[in-house]
Amino acid sequence: MHNKQKILESLIKGFIWFSAIGTVMILLAIMGYIVIKGIGFVNFEFLTSTPKRMGAEGGIFPIIVGTFYFVTLTMAIATPIGVGAAIYLSEYTRDNLLTRTIRFTTELLAGVPSIIFGLFGYAFFVILLKEYTGGWSLISGALTATCMILPILIRASEEALKTVPKSYREGSFALGATKWQTVYKVVLPTAIPGILTGIILSIGRAVGETAALLLTLGGSLLLATSMYHGTRTLPMHLYMVAMETGNMDQAFATGVVLLFVLLFINLGAGYIVKKIFVKNI
Amino acid sequence: MDISIKSKIITSNVNLFYGDFQALKGINMDIKENQITALIGPSGCGKSTFLRILNRMNDLIPSVRIEGDILMDGKNIFDKDVDVVELRKKVGMVFQAPNPFPMSIFDNVAYGPRVHGLKDKKKLADSVEKSLKQAVLWDEVKDKLHKSALSLSGGQQQRLCIARVVAVEPNVLLMDEPTSALDPISTLKIEELIRELKNDYTIVIVTHNMQQAARISDKTGFFLTGDLIEYDETTKIFSNPVDKRTEDYISGRFG
Repeated sequence: MHNKQKILESLIKGFIWFSAIGTVMILLAIMGYIVIKGIGFVNFEFLTSTPKRMGAEGGIFPIIVGTFYFVTLTMAIATPIGVGAAIYLSEYTRDNLLTRTIRFTTELLAGVPSIIFGLFGYAFFVILLKEYTGGWSLISGALTATCMILPILIRASEEALKTVPKSYREGSFALGATKWQTVYKVVLPTAIPGILTGIILSIGRAVGETAALLLTLGGSLLLATSMYHGTRTLPMHLYMVAMETGNMDQAFATGVVLLFVLLFINLGAGYIVKKIFVKNI
Repeated sequence: MDISIKSKIITSNVNLFYGDFQALKGINMDIKENQITALIGPSGCGKSTFLRILNRMNDLIPSVRIEGDILMDGKNIFDKDVDVVELRKKVGMVFQAPNPFPMSIFDNVAYGPRVHGLKDKKKLADSVEKSLKQAVLWDEVKDKLHKSALSLSGGQQQRLCIARVVAVEPNVLLMDEPTSALDPISTLKIEELIRELKNDYTIVIVTHNMQQAARISDKTGFFLTGDLIEYDETTKIFSNPVDKRTEDYISGRFG
């Protein structure tokens, strides 16, 4: 009996160990494969020159810039709305039919495939609001991506706000602070690390998004000069180069840049969170 | 009861309901200026609920309904034209567990003056120093005002919370079991502090600790299941209570 249990114990241990190591190995294999295939083509010229022949040759400078513009614009629109909605849900209203509906729909939205957002963005922002968005453009893509990442942002921010102890709010009210003063001066600063985590997740999702942007961002290879211009992000470019020009070297090189951009965002944001967190506490 | 001392707060027939449950039943109380009034009674008797009426903290809880009048300096605090922000500025509150904000010691004390519009750096610094001195915390923290308030010990945090309230310059201080989370030495320090603050403030303190009530208060009110059973001079309550239930409670027969 004892031996049997011991064997079972080690079997389970082995399986769990294998799962953990296996996951890391698969991840490393994928990353390694892409980096090995692509790193040889990434150089200063590739990063700073413009694409030629639909991206089959040349560099990816306008795409890097386009990705940066797109993410900045998306977050500039999405962050105030998302955090605002979370503040409303957590601070300004009690559990009722309206808040339950909002929570339910945000959860539904979080599970909708991105191509559906793309279709909506195409029909609504690109076609219907063409006069204001310029059709396929940075702003159309950013608004579409905003719809996609709002659920993540709202959810993460609301969770962060909920972890702020009730005693902080009471303490502030008891000193004669108004609702907004309490939210702005005590609750938000305390919740900032959690909110930033949500923002980082959202940036990751926006940078990595492809399908929805194929239908809304336009795909121009020219350097974007305003938010009414079309552009490409890195994953979009990767897809188009691979599918339309068939030059896989260029696609892998773009993939390597994308991986490093994501890595950089994650590390950078983690650093910022720590800085703010350590300063406050 | 002594009518020569000026009344600060007079409550008449105060009822409070949480939904259908009546937590306070017709409370009549005359709280005197510059005295310490202790509220005692077993858990759930309504003493904390009563305390939280006085600065209208119960406004934050849904389904609470309050009847009756509470006159503070002759003005009903439930009148339509009473600004609850102004009321809370006048009636400060110290909570059961120390609740300093996760910011620096200085910013904690400056929080109240700042939300009430004080921007001048010199005046803010003066107010912080004065308040910390009043809370007998200045000597311990004057060299680390910009350190996080969460780095202080529990007793220091509670005195910081008192300094934070004092900085708003209220004239009534409500204390909801302010020492229940503290060790005996910190408790003694806070009690000493409360006795000193009496000169400038009208203090109402809820306490579970009957020795504490006996040590520091001028008047004591005994609550039981939402009723104010007996309210009198502390010495009278503890030596010669009128009501049998009061006697049973203070002699430790229940509670």
